[in-house]
Amino acid sequence: MAPSNENTRGRARWERETLNPHLERHPDREAEYSTVSSLPIRRLYSPEDLQGQEYEKEIGWPGEYPFTRGVQPTMYRGRLWTMRMFAGMGTAEDTNARFKYLLKEGQTGLSTAFDLPTLMGRDSDSPLAEGEVGKEGVAIATLRDMEILFDGIPLGDVSTSMTINAPAAIVYAMYLAVAEKQGVPLKKLRGTIQNDIFKEYIAQKEWIYPPEPSVRLIVDTMEFSAKEVPQWNTISISGYHIREAGSTAAQELAFTLADGIGYVQAGMARGMDVDSFAPRLSYFFNSHNDFFEEIAKLRAARRIWARQLRERFGAKDPRSWMLRTHVQTAGCSLTAQQPINNVIRVTIQALAAVLGGCQSLHTDSMDETLCLPSEQAVTVALRTQQIIAEESGAANTIDPLAGSYFVESLTNEMERQALEYIRKIDEMGGIIQAIEQGFPQREIAEASYRYQKQVEEGTKTIVGMNRYTMPEEIPIPLLKIPPEVEVRQKARLAEVRRTRDGKAVLSALSDLTAKARTHENLMPALLECARAYCTIEETGNAMKEVFGEYRENSVI
Amino acid sequence: MAKQTLRLLVGKVGLDGHDRGAKIIARALRDAGYEVIYTGLHQTPEQVVATALQEDVDAIGLSILSGAHGTLFPKITRLLKEKGAEDVVVFGGGIIPDEDIPELLKAGVARIFTPGTSTADVVRFLKEEVEPRRARVSG
Repeated sequence: MAPSNENTRGRARWERETLNPHLERHPDREAEYSTVSSLPIRRLYSPEDLQGQEYEKEIGWPGEYPFTRGVQPTMYRGRLWTMRMFAGMGTAEDTNARFKYLLKEGQTGLSTAFDLPTLMGRDSDSPLAEGEVGKEGVAIATLRDMEILFDGIPLGDVSTSMTINAPAAIVYAMYLAVAEKQGVPLKKLRGTIQNDIFKEYIAQKEWIYPPEPSVRLIVDTMEFSAKEVPQWNTISISGYHIREAGSTAAQELAFTLADGIGYVQAGMARGMDVDSFAPRLSYFFNSHNDFFEEIAKLRAARRIWARQLRERFGAKDPRSWMLRTHVQTAGCSLTAQQPINNVIRVTIQALAAVLGGCQSLHTDSMDETLCLPSEQAVTVALRTQQIIAEESGAANTIDPLAGSYFVESLTNEMERQALEYIRKIDEMGGIIQAIEQGFPQREIAEASYRYQKQVEEGTKTIVGMNRYTMPEEIPIPLLKIPPEVEVRQKARLAEVRRTRDGKAVLSALSDLTAKARTHENLMPALLECARAYCTIEETGNAMKEVFGEYRENSVI
Repeated sequence: MAKQTLRLLVGKVGLDGHDRGAKIIARALRDAGYEVIYTGLHQTPEQVVATALQEDVDAIGLSILSGAHGTLFPKITRLLKEKGAEDVVVFGGGIIPDEDIPELLKAGVARIFTPGTSTADVVRFLKEEVEPRRARVSG
């Protein structure tokens, strides 16, 4: 497919003889076209756009470096992606019931959403938790809640993802303690903790400690797991929240990979061999409405990561080069207006994730701009994945869009833009310095404001919101988290506090504080705290004494 | 002496870290010519009210996407009342289902903006409903 002068001549001829006369009578609808991220898109892509691109070097073969076509040699022909619906609400009992429902309906992995107090490392009875308990996810304060959450779910047989960051090491220790109680060897556990603090400072804003001790805790989980829980993904480096905060697709790609580079640097600074931990780093990207941009983003992500790991960090194990990723459809793209339309958006976004080669996928429910998903809505969302997998034919062949002049060009363009950002961040001294200077935060805030203006001016369309609006909406049923959830959860926590061994709690906590002052790995001490039923906040405070707290310098 | 323009506090209260909307609103209101103070994240209702009084603002705009609106809005209006500052207008937005709005209005919230609101609607609300009140108070 080597482009030649013949192509260039052919294109000039087409423009002269066919295109231009046509345009005179039928001009394009718009003067310019661009993606949802405002990336300009040309009228036509043709062989000359890929001039000089070497297939073997840039695109290559599935399951081989640089993995542009996917990390598995057979992709979905061998095994479908994991259908993993993010679920969590109310008390541990409520979420346990939802988990069991999803597993019964054909879901293949669990994904846990925690409530805000848990995400911030606060107990359910903390004053700041008032009104938030069980609202955005499940409330977990002690090992008791965790035992109930996974009751009747054999942890040796499922893979469990937990979206938890600032207190990730604490909650991870609780999960390991549940496995011990179930008699499951840690070596058999499969799952992921999100454990990505950089994107918290950049976008999601759920932090506890400043960057340095936070990174130490993350490296502790990496080091501990490499030995004790070898099948566990210790970080899910997340672009999802960066995009939700309003970034463009290229910014999402760039800042997420820059975060990943930061974790590799931190692991190597600890003296770990890059191949001992890099294979367990995984990714988590967003999938928004602009179909081809999303596919190109995922393909570019794999190519950049493979090259960075191999060429920059000298990783030798091919598994270190592979960017494996979970994808979630874009919550921020959903509308409260005409919410049933969200099913269509999610379908397009999910198909992009699949054509982009994701390893696992969450499809948003149509009601997520209004509340946590109802059972009916989450079922439609899961069925969407099953229809893509088993009816659409999209899973029949590997990377079906490779070789498309447009998709390959867009993949190259996403890569170019991301590398440009990564270079800037390297020049600042790395991602921590960039965050401290507010660089990613500012870039995202600019992009988010620009997009809002485009929507308000109508230059970007959102169907049902700024176009094709309706006075009367078709209502959909919404899930309500009743206030009794908070009452029940606080009562359980009070009971745990009353019945646990107070001496064991104190000794576990003071041991943790003491170890936090040293350079010792904190995971064994955290496991001791979990086993003693220390609460998430007590455990967090025992480290806060040493680590201090993060304060944001917020920019608008 | 009457203030030249409205002073507004845009706030994030509770543990909710979703600040995309709050930042967009803060910026749009500033672009519309108002004086805007942004609280930053993770404020308690007490802190927000204290800042509002210190800064002598005319209105407080709260963005809540965590589902805690039923607890946090009424707490803010109650605290304002306790401090004798019920003339400070409270409005807000976020992930707030329509059926929850009457309860919030009853608790003294002046207006709730739901997802999809244009920033121009918020500016219009301030012009039509908050500016005249201020004129009366300072007039």
